[in-house]
Amino acid sequence: MSEKKGNLYQLTKGIIKENPTLVTLLGMCPTLAVTTMASNGIGMGLATTFVLICSNIVISLLKNVIPKAVRLPCFIVVIASFVTLIEFLMKGYIPALYDSLGLFLSLITVNCIILGRAEAFASKNGVFASILDAVGMGLGFTLALFTMGSVREIIGTGQWMGIDLHLPVTMTLFIMPAGGFFTLGVIIALVNKLANKKPPQEIGCANCPNAKSCPTFNKDAQKGDAE
Amino acid sequence: MKELLVILMSAMLVDNFVLSKFMGICPFLGVSKKLDSAVGMGAAVTFVMVCATLCTYPIYTLILVPMGLEYMKTIAFILIIALFVQLVEMILKKKIPSLYNALGVFLPLITTNCAVLGVTILNIDSGYTLLQSVVNALGAGLGFTLALVIFSGVRSRVNSSDIPETFKGIPATLIAASIVSVSFMGFSGLFG
Repeated sequence: MSEKKGNLYQLTKGIIKENPTLVTLLGMCPTLAVTTMASNGIGMGLATTFVLICSNIVISLLKNVIPKAVRLPCFIVVIASFVTLIEFLMKGYIPALYDSLGLFLSLITVNCIILGRAEAFASKNGVFASILDAVGMGLGFTLALFTMGSVREIIGTGQWMGIDLHLPVTMTLFIMPAGGFFTLGVIIALVNKLANKKPPQEIGCANCPNAKSCPTFNKDAQKGDAE
Repeated sequence: MKELLVILMSAMLVDNFVLSKFMGICPFLGVSKKLDSAVGMGAAVTFVMVCATLCTYPIYTLILVPMGLEYMKTIAFILIIALFVQLVEMILKKKIPSLYNALGVFLPLITTNCAVLGVTILNIDSGYTLLQSVVNALGAGLGFTLALVIFSGVRSRVNSSDIPETFKGIPATLIAASIVSVSFMGFSGLFG
């Protein structure tokens, strides 16, 4: 029974409670850059989910093989391979989405959500739990991107998923970079208001909620201890 | 010469990496609290960007293209950057401790900074020559530094002002970033 509850928790924690974008503030660059349209948000979210699931599977299978000292480069190579794979698939099957995501598709490699999950979860847990974790986190990320994209597309262009909504007023600013920052700020504030929590005060490595799992930060901390 | 200047200025102002291309948002929000750390981070990123371009460009044109392995660029570039950052950290620590003290803490953060990988891939995708790539990387790095420095000033004002409880912290910071980004929109169209 407890096992079952555990599995359900692994799956759902990423969607709401530990939503990677809105609660732990990871993967901010794609969140801001590709969300000019709701459909781009879904595309980016699903591409990231795919990479996250695959890399979580491989890393949790290899967790006993990869030496601890070089785990970061190993994780990056695994992730970059799957990113290259999804680039090929998307170029072949959904060229329109490939063009609109552009450079940010390659930049999934350095998305801190994926590296963060690899380090914090997949390298410590079994395959099945890692898959659930990846699906949950990926869906949470997709959901956040979809929300951002919807808000920006509706206010910015008066359309939603290509459907014209015939709004009397549109604000082009919302599909411009400035609108991205603004929308994300308001959404984070709103989520925190609804969850009745204090908004996160800062993103810094020491204060980063993933600091314990962050490879670079940990390396420094260990170094500091050793000296 | 004029062309290089246009690349430099447009990478720095018009297509500012942080404020209009959304690369390197994490350090932008994380390290912009104090002016001196903003300058340090900016300098470290600029340095790594220029050197990473100098490393990745020859590898792409001399190894990957002749072998028909262009699709490997993401994997190859991220490994080069990771290796390079590690190397710089070690060399600085041994040889130039004063510079290491100034930049050292920022270096490990740079490996997973998407602005560095972004600029190296962008150079290839835009079909720049080596010189143009280096100038573009320099412009991008200076633009990153400029954004961080300006924003550290804005941020100290935001932190000391009276804002609603729900917006305190990151939400207010993001909205301030949005206003700074609006001001950078004034540069658009400056160089055609």
